[in-house]
Amino acid sequence: MSNTTMDHAHTAAHGHDDHHQPQGFARWMFATNHKDIGTLYLIFSLVMLLVGGVLALMIRTELFQPGLQFFQPEFFNQLTTMHGLIMVFGAIMPAFVGFANWMIPLQIGASDMAFARMNNFSFWLLPPAAMLLGGSFFVPGGATAAGWTLYAPLSTQMGPGMDMAIFAIHIMGASSIMGSINIITTILNMRAPGMTLMKMPMFCWTWLITAYLLIAVMPVLAGAITMTLTDRHFGTSFFNAAGGGDPVMYQHIFWFFGHPEVYIMILPAFGIVSQIIPTFARKPLFGYASMVYATSSIAILSFIVWAHHMFTTGMPVTAQLFFMYATMLIAVPTGVKVFNWIATMWRGSMTFETPMLFAVGFIFVFTIGGFTGLILAVTPIDIQMQDTYYVVAHFHYVLVAGSLFALFAGFYYWSPKWTGYMYNETRGKIHFWNSLFWFNVTFFPMHFLGLAGMPRRYADYPAQFTDFNMLATVGAFGFGLSQVYFIFFVVLPAYRGGKAAGDNPWEAVEGLEWTIPSPAPFHTFETPPTLK
Amino acid sequence: MLSSLLMMAGVSSWAQEIVQKPVVDSKGGPAVLEMNFQTPATQIAEQIYGLHNLMMIICMVIFVVVFGFMFYSILRHRKSLGHKPATFHESISVEIAWTIVPFIIVIGMALPATKTVVAMKDTSNSDITIKVTGMQWKWGYDYLKGEGQGISFLSALSTPREQIGSPGHLPTQARGENYLIEVDNEVVVPVNKKIRIITTANDVIHSWTIQAFGLKQDAIPGFVRDTWFKAEKIGKYRGQCVELCGKEHAFMPVVVSVVSDADYSKWVDGKKKEMAALADDPNKVWTVDELKQRGEKVYSSNCVVCHQATGKGVPGAFPALDGSAIVAGPKEAQIHLVLNGKNAMPTWKSVLSDTEIAAVITYTRNNWSNKSQENIVQPAEVLAARK
Repeated sequence: MSNTTMDHAHTAAHGHDDHHQPQGFARWMFATNHKDIGTLYLIFSLVMLLVGGVLALMIRTELFQPGLQFFQPEFFNQLTTMHGLIMVFGAIMPAFVGFANWMIPLQIGASDMAFARMNNFSFWLLPPAAMLLGGSFFVPGGATAAGWTLYAPLSTQMGPGMDMAIFAIHIMGASSIMGSINIITTILNMRAPGMTLMKMPMFCWTWLITAYLLIAVMPVLAGAITMTLTDRHFGTSFFNAAGGGDPVMYQHIFWFFGHPEVYIMILPAFGIVSQIIPTFARKPLFGYASMVYATSSIAILSFIVWAHHMFTTGMPVTAQLFFMYATMLIAVPTGVKVFNWIATMWRGSMTFETPMLFAVGFIFVFTIGGFTGLILAVTPIDIQMQDTYYVVAHFHYVLVAGSLFALFAGFYYWSPKWTGYMYNETRGKIHFWNSLFWFNVTFFPMHFLGLAGMPRRYADYPAQFTDFNMLATVGAFGFGLSQVYFIFFVVLPAYRGGKAAGDNPWEAVEGLEWTIPSPAPFHTFETPPTLK
Repeated sequence: MLSSLLMMAGVSSWAQEIVQKPVVDSKGGPAVLEMNFQTPATQIAEQIYGLHNLMMIICMVIFVVVFGFMFYSILRHRKSLGHKPATFHESISVEIAWTIVPFIIVIGMALPATKTVVAMKDTSNSDITIKVTGMQWKWGYDYLKGEGQGISFLSALSTPREQIGSPGHLPTQARGENYLIEVDNEVVVPVNKKIRIITTANDVIHSWTIQAFGLKQDAIPGFVRDTWFKAEKIGKYRGQCVELCGKEHAFMPVVVSVVSDADYSKWVDGKKKEMAALADDPNKVWTVDELKQRGEKVYSSNCVVCHQATGKGVPGAFPALDGSAIVAGPKEAQIHLVLNGKNAMPTWKSVLSDTEIAAVITYTRNNWSNKSQENIVQPAEVLAARK
């Protein structure tokens, strides 16, 4: 009853034609519109990408030569730790949530996300968390230097920066969980009539599965870091052997979160690529159903492989064998995805605008990361390579060339819908080729460093490793500059103006998002569309 | 090559300081521009090398085939060539095939590895057992069983700080070929003997590795883990700590010297005599000067990385000893702190002897601007505090 009166008062004040759009500060602070919140997420993650990128370049600067030139080792450890935390929790994850906010309602024909105010809250939790994390550099002792994995008992030795990181991760975790609940509810309840689950765009499918993964594992991480917190301040001994705890238990709990986490960061990327390839091959996605099953299998398998991050902690031979075989199995559904993409391209009628370039680049470079993952899954080889630069190379191949390239692909693909303008195609291509080239200059030599035995998280290294480190540093600066180019010569101009984008600039055959005008109006699908 | 060029360009202005020698391969460590595993020195490392080659070949073949299809398609199935899109979008038989074939391939990859996993775990029937203790930031070795039983020593980085430099201070010494992979006391083992390694740690997790042995085992505080190796070639083998363990993580290498049986016996004799000569009588009463002299050595090899040579510590991270209330106050509190540790301060009771602890405390109480009232601690007092 009270709702009715409130609605009445509301409409009376603003008149019946209530299509006003809040302006200025209030529009963003009190945003409940999925498009605005999506934009906020994307801006936030871009800023975090820059911050994390600067930290990465500081790391590479120190590692240009052997010896300590620029930073003390304790500060160097803070750089590697914060680079990891900021990129994972600040850049990659929020960027995918931004895409979800923008595109899921448009793709399923919903008017908005299911919980508009919670959506606002889950975004606005992020800036304080980022400030906590970034501010920890300036407290006594500096930021946490325990590595992004925050292994106990090293984490108990850290100063107050560690506590700030723990609280920041708690807040970001809460934000992720709320975001996931929103995405699941939206997808399950708000699809346009006629859109069955198996007719849903692949990006929605991958996000649906990712959201379940997030809900399953973010509380696990929160538990692990809360135990670290009580070990640090309240005299508990969860991870302290002297009090009956076990430092390795932290690793088990962390990686039970950590392994699904890597799929949280790659499944939505698979979704974006699965949207782009069919559009530019002008051919429907090959094996839609098997794509769904493969994604689900990857998600399920991701829960039973965590200990492959811990082969050198010393575990029973049966456990080593189990985790090796289980890990190898993940290659099967991942392979299916790659085969399906190539079969989609096969005998298509392809054009190679920037989204397609990034998508094809993704398949090519991500697969290299997949192969090194397969090699690392073999226990004896992993024991030799554990904690060397080979691992660093591997996860940057899947996280940068995987997740980040897919995000770029997604930006080029959907930004005409967001801005109403086409980005500059030549500049997009310059961005792609530079990113691809410098990425490989940076990370390919790291395979050799790792094979030869250079440990990761090292502020200084034996002089024999100098050449490849120099190459990697040169590449890192090239890659960094390519992203500065992307922001100033692609993104900002694309928002300012350019060639007007039609409703369906790619002539895509499928996708409700291409049935609405560009730029997408503030409110879309207020009456659900009807599916053919 | 690249490095020497860039090094010359970058360091030319500093050239009057030192001239870095061209980098050469490290014996038993990494080679310059090494692009593969280090040369295996054990059968396990040999097997790992073979497994990796096998994996590489299989992956390369799959890579070429899969991307051969993709690039063929990219080149031929273009709109600009007028290629018309096909309409197929599924094929049950193809999809089943490319699920089952990879399944068989990955199982085929894992099967040969299984044998190696089992072999790596078999630590039975060892000739010599050595306990390796990781500590911030050095390694402790105790020969527990077999020839050499009872030998025990610490092993720390021997590369001088003058070669490393620090921010704002250029290195003042040319780097040697084993820069950062050389230690003061090497682990010595006989060739062709099965050596069982037991790892543990005093403070945080460390990890002990020798690349050429295909061996890596985390050292976990409060727990013991074991692994083994049997080196088949005489020589020195080098590794480093590979689990992030704090600020000096990059500066606690591992060096194993593999020698002939005869040389090993000689080393054991020498080491035992050396240890007997070094052993201190815990009941001896020392003078302040004797203890200060001894304490300075203990300080510079154990305390200086955190508390610094000036005793000023690192603000915000490591407390100053110069002017510290604990150092100036009653000695029992300081003995307790050194023995048992606190926060980042490790426990020293299992690392240093009573005499060493007494010496280093006496040193701090009489050095820098410190003039503590209780200015001397005798080994017997430390011994008493242990109980």
